[in-house]
Amino acid sequence: MSDVVVRTTAEAPLPADVDMSTTLGRLEVPDPVFTASGCAAAGRELAPFNDLAAIGGVVTKSIQMEPRSGRPTPRMAETPSGMLNSIGLQGPGIDAFLDKDLRWLADNDVRAAVSIAGGSVDEFARLAGRLRGQPVALIEVNISCPNVEDRGQVFACDPNAAAAVIAAVKRNAPTGVPVFAKLSPDVTDIVAIARACVDAGADGLSLINTTLGLAIDPKTMRPTLAGITGGLSGPAIRPLALRCVWQVHAALPDVPVMGIGGIRTGVDALEFILAGASAVQVGTVIFNDPSAPSRISAELRTALATAGFAALRDAIGLAHRPPALRVPEDADPPGDDAVEPEPMPREVTFEDAQS
Amino acid sequence: MTPVQVQGEVLTVKQIGAYLSMTVVASGIAEQARPGQFVAVAVGGDDGAMLLRRAFSIYQVAQRGVYGGTVEFVFAVAGKGTAWLAGRRPHDVLDIVGPLGRPFALPKDPARCVLVGGGYGSAPLFSLADALRKVGCRVDFVLGAATSDRLFGALDAKRMAASVAFTTDDGSYGEQGRVSDVLPEVIERVRAEVVYACGPMAMLEAVTRVASEAYGGAGIPARVAVEESMACGVGVCMTCVLPVIGDDGRTRMVRSCIDGPVFAGDRIRWDSLGAVPADAIGAAAQLSVAQLSAAQR
Repeated sequence: MSDVVVRTTAEAPLPADVDMSTTLGRLEVPDPVFTASGCAAAGRELAPFNDLAAIGGVVTKSIQMEPRSGRPTPRMAETPSGMLNSIGLQGPGIDAFLDKDLRWLADNDVRAAVSIAGGSVDEFARLAGRLRGQPVALIEVNISCPNVEDRGQVFACDPNAAAAVIAAVKRNAPTGVPVFAKLSPDVTDIVAIARACVDAGADGLSLINTTLGLAIDPKTMRPTLAGITGGLSGPAIRPLALRCVWQVHAALPDVPVMGIGGIRTGVDALEFILAGASAVQVGTVIFNDPSAPSRISAELRTALATAGFAALRDAIGLAHRPPALRVPEDADPPGDDAVEPEPMPREVTFEDAQS
Repeated sequence: MTPVQVQGEVLTVKQIGAYLSMTVVASGIAEQARPGQFVAVAVGGDDGAMLLRRAFSIYQVAQRGVYGGTVEFVFAVAGKGTAWLAGRRPHDVLDIVGPLGRPFALPKDPARCVLVGGGYGSAPLFSLADALRKVGCRVDFVLGAATSDRLFGALDAKRMAASVAFTTDDGSYGEQGRVSDVLPEVIERVRAEVVYACGPMAMLEAVTRVASEAYGGAGIPARVAVEESMACGVGVCMTCVLPVIGDDGRTRMVRSCIDGPVFAGDRIRWDSLGAVPADAIGAAAQLSVAQLSAAQR
């Protein structure tokens, strides 16, 4: 990476000429921007605002075996530069999802990254199996789910449980479809969880899911959300997400990462790419701006061009290069041009003696 | 009907009683909008800390004008987002998405309709009244609010309707009491066949009950536009759900932004608002608090 040269803006390519393609395991996509799970339903509602076939793809809302009606309301609270949500994985179940949602995505040439969520290793395995023969570009495993067989312990918080899920999904998933584990930041050592997932066969990692938060309504003096706690998302968590991508890419530089967390602009997306993400997902910003996926893709393209990149791939992980410590070659030694100090001002007197 | 996102110039901001009304150039929204639909407005600017859109029902549209189509909506300053909105001035630009949601369905044949509005919830009822009158319906209004300065559209109502009944909680205008107190008498007097309503949820529940009890229990249909808090308005966030009974008789948690905001009043599980009824499709056995702690959408 040390031979990568960041070109000056004088040589900058035109935005339209930037190669935005990227690779996620065995999946090659022409654009690195995906919608994040739970922020785009199954894509259809965003079609009036985006050319969904042109972006990387849609990561669908996590699907489970059975229909699920989710949690009571209120399900969300706005927080500074973010929001808390406690939806409870409301969804139609895998059968209706395959019949309707996935079919719509395929009919409209939208790459579908299917997020699966289970309450047990077996449910994850069965979900992965149901995706065989289906138009699925990528499988994202939402392991931020409570394990009903382990007192509700979240899979993503335990390396062994996370690995067990990933291994089961890999065994059952359609051949050749990359499996990405989506990790929770609510762990002491995210690299340890990342490593466990990769060792279990994950083809890549989605970093990060929401982080747990709480809001209290000063009027009722009770938690604002019916579910008490909720997942915090939005620009408020961007530095946290970026740190996770950085740490995981530093430890596992060959593992493709999808960077997620508070991306609002193309420059935000570029930060994640520079930190080591091969692609990004945009989530909460969609609630603010339903055109965000297309807008951010265009802005990222411009940001890359402005920085002199001919290809997105050249920017991946570039922030990890050592800092440049060059002294300009033509710098003069100090002292040569030493400027004489200005003389101290003197008192001025006038001929006419007025004062 | 395809919603569009526009950067619309603010034309006017007017104080109307306790409320503000804002008119924005919104080509593409104005031309498509139908009564009962709403717009979702971004607040706080491109780099602001408030990410969630604010939803407002459309008061009226002008399809053609010097500036192109315009949309007018009414709001009350209730928090930081609406306070920011109240600070917008002519020529400022607003990011607006619309028209959103299912509009009020009109009767197939001319019918006698009572339109019931609570506070500025009455805003979408005036374009509805226009549409109803165009198809030969009789329109009567019941408008209520906590205080007289919170009644919205009294003059509009008087201009359009065969009759208008007003109520205020404090008796400062019209009858003292709630709209549901006078609604039975209005229904009987005008021999109403349909009730349309928009306002707070408790009011909509009461209006639905009154409509169902009309004519000695024979009942008449009530179509109500709900106010649920939303994050996106376009159907992707899943926060604005409420339990609604479908054509198959089964209850689902449906999005008020996509499947509503207008519902048949008797389809809403009023006793379960804020909850997931145990017989709803996909109502899982409630998770323990420990299980609820998973950060997940």
